[in-house]
Order: sequence, then structure tokens, then C-alpha cells
Amino acid sequence: MSKKQVLVACGAGIATSTVVNNAIEEMAKENGLDLDIRQIKIAEVNSYLDTAHLLVTTAMTKKEFPFPVINARSFLTGIGTEDTKQQILEELKK
Amino acid sequence: MLDPPAKYKLLYNLTPLIKHILYSTDKGVSPLSELYFDESVILLNLEGDSKEAILTQMGQNLADKNLVKESFINAIIAREGEFATGLPTGDIPVAIPHTDVEHVQQKTISVGVLKDPVDFGVMGDDSETTPVKVVFMLAMDEAHAQLSLLQRLMQVFQDQHTLQQLASATDKTAIKHVLDEKLNAAALEGGE
Repeated sequence: MSKKQVLVACGAGIATSTVVNNAIEEMAKENGLDLDIRQIKIAEVNSYLDTAHLLVTTAMTKKEFPFPVINARSFLTGIGTEDTKQQILEELKK
Repeated sequence: MLDPPAKYKLLYNLTPLIKHILYSTDKGVSPLSELYFDESVILLNLEGDSKEAILTQMGQNLADKNLVKESFINAIIAREGEFATGLPTGDIPVAIPHTDVEHVQQKTISVGVLKDPVDFGVMGDDSETTPVKVVFMLAMDEAHAQLSLLQRLMQVFQDQHTLQQLASATDKTAIKHVLDEKLNAAALEGGE
């Protein structure tokens, strides 16, 4: 299976996305997934339209993308973290 | 509110993540070493009719102490408008407003306990607001530090008991003690 590219984005690309980035790295390790994780600013998503499989973000976005977008707030609040992880895993196993 | 087993499970799930990040980012250095945190950045009974009013008061307090530049105030309001930071953390919703490092003189976390809740946008969802009771204004001077601090604060957010303590505190020293303990405890757990 080829590496799937996962974008992790927040408003500034320096704070909350770092938290989420680490969470997804851990998750990938636990599940034996080999991912290409890119931590970026939400404004940079357009550069990855052709390559990304999934966007996980704490920043709101009204734009439509050619890949699924998953809200990562639960990684900060701890509420619903498992559901979010399942959502991410399901998208990556497609 | 979460029942105890659910809460325990969430904390349990998150612990490896927090440890991983602490190990990989802090390399044993105390994260609070350069953090300015005392009673003067803790504001009680904050009143305001909008999130902007609350952010202005908290930001101005930091600017008056030369912990941030005057530009910090407008920057943090603008960032909050663009990327909301309200977190619906159970009975005591919180917000973690922050902005770019260039506006910061010295790293600090300002804590604002609101007299009455004020609506903040929910992080990652522009259609929802949450009635925020406690604001943690992050003034970080490097991205790196902001990460490890967020990890520690996340533990506080998941702890309703601590949030209640902060929300109902009547003196600043009590808040300082609670946070000193919580933020340091997290650091020790993940340290060398």
C-alpha cells in the first residue's frame, strides 16, 4: 500500500496542529500505518490538493476539498478522542 | 459532565500522547523555567459583553506589564475572529486565545475568570459558540514552547474538578497554586 498523505492544519501551523500531529503519529504507530504526515497552516492546504488523502484540522474551513476533512478539536478537549481516531482510521483504510 | 469511568478512560487514552510529546520536545528541561506566571496575570471577575472586550482587558494588562507589545491586543482579537479557540470542555467551557510570537516580549499565560460567561466561537466550527467561563490567554515567544504548554493545559481542561476550582476561586493566589501544581505535575510525569 502506498503512503497516504495526511494534512494536519491549524490557523498558524505552530500550536494546536503540533498537538494533533503527535496524536496522529502515535495512532499510526499503534495501528501499523505508514503515513506521510504534513503539519501546515490552513492557508497552505491548496498546495496539497493533488496529493493529500485527508485533512485533520482544528481550524474551521468553509472551503470544499477533494478529500475528507476531520475536525480535530477532540484531541484538545479529550472529549470524543476515540471517535475522532476511529473516523481518521476509517478514512485511511478506504 | 462525564461520569468517572469515562473521564478516567479519556485521561488514560491521552497519557501516552502527552508523555510522548513531553519526551520528544522538552528533553527534561523544566518548561516553566522562563514562564512569567504570578498573580498579576490572573484576572478575577472579568466583565465584558463580548469576547473582544474580554480579550482587550486581558491583553492590555499584559501590555501594561511589557510582557507583550501593544500590537498583541489587536492581533489576538483578529486571530480569535478568524480561528476561534473556544473549547466546550463540559460544565466550564474554556478558551485558549493566542497569536503569533512576534507580538510577545516574555512568555506568559494569563488566566481570566469571567464574572458571567461570554460566548466564544468553538474551535473548528464557525456555526457554534460556547459560553466561556475561564480564558487562558497564551502569550508564547516560540512555537515549541506553546506545544508543551498546550499539553499541560489539556490535562487541566479534562479535569472538571480543577476547572471548577479555577472558576470559583475568590483569590488569585489560590489559582496560582492550582496551576503551578497542575502544570508542574504534568512536567514531572513526562520528564527524565
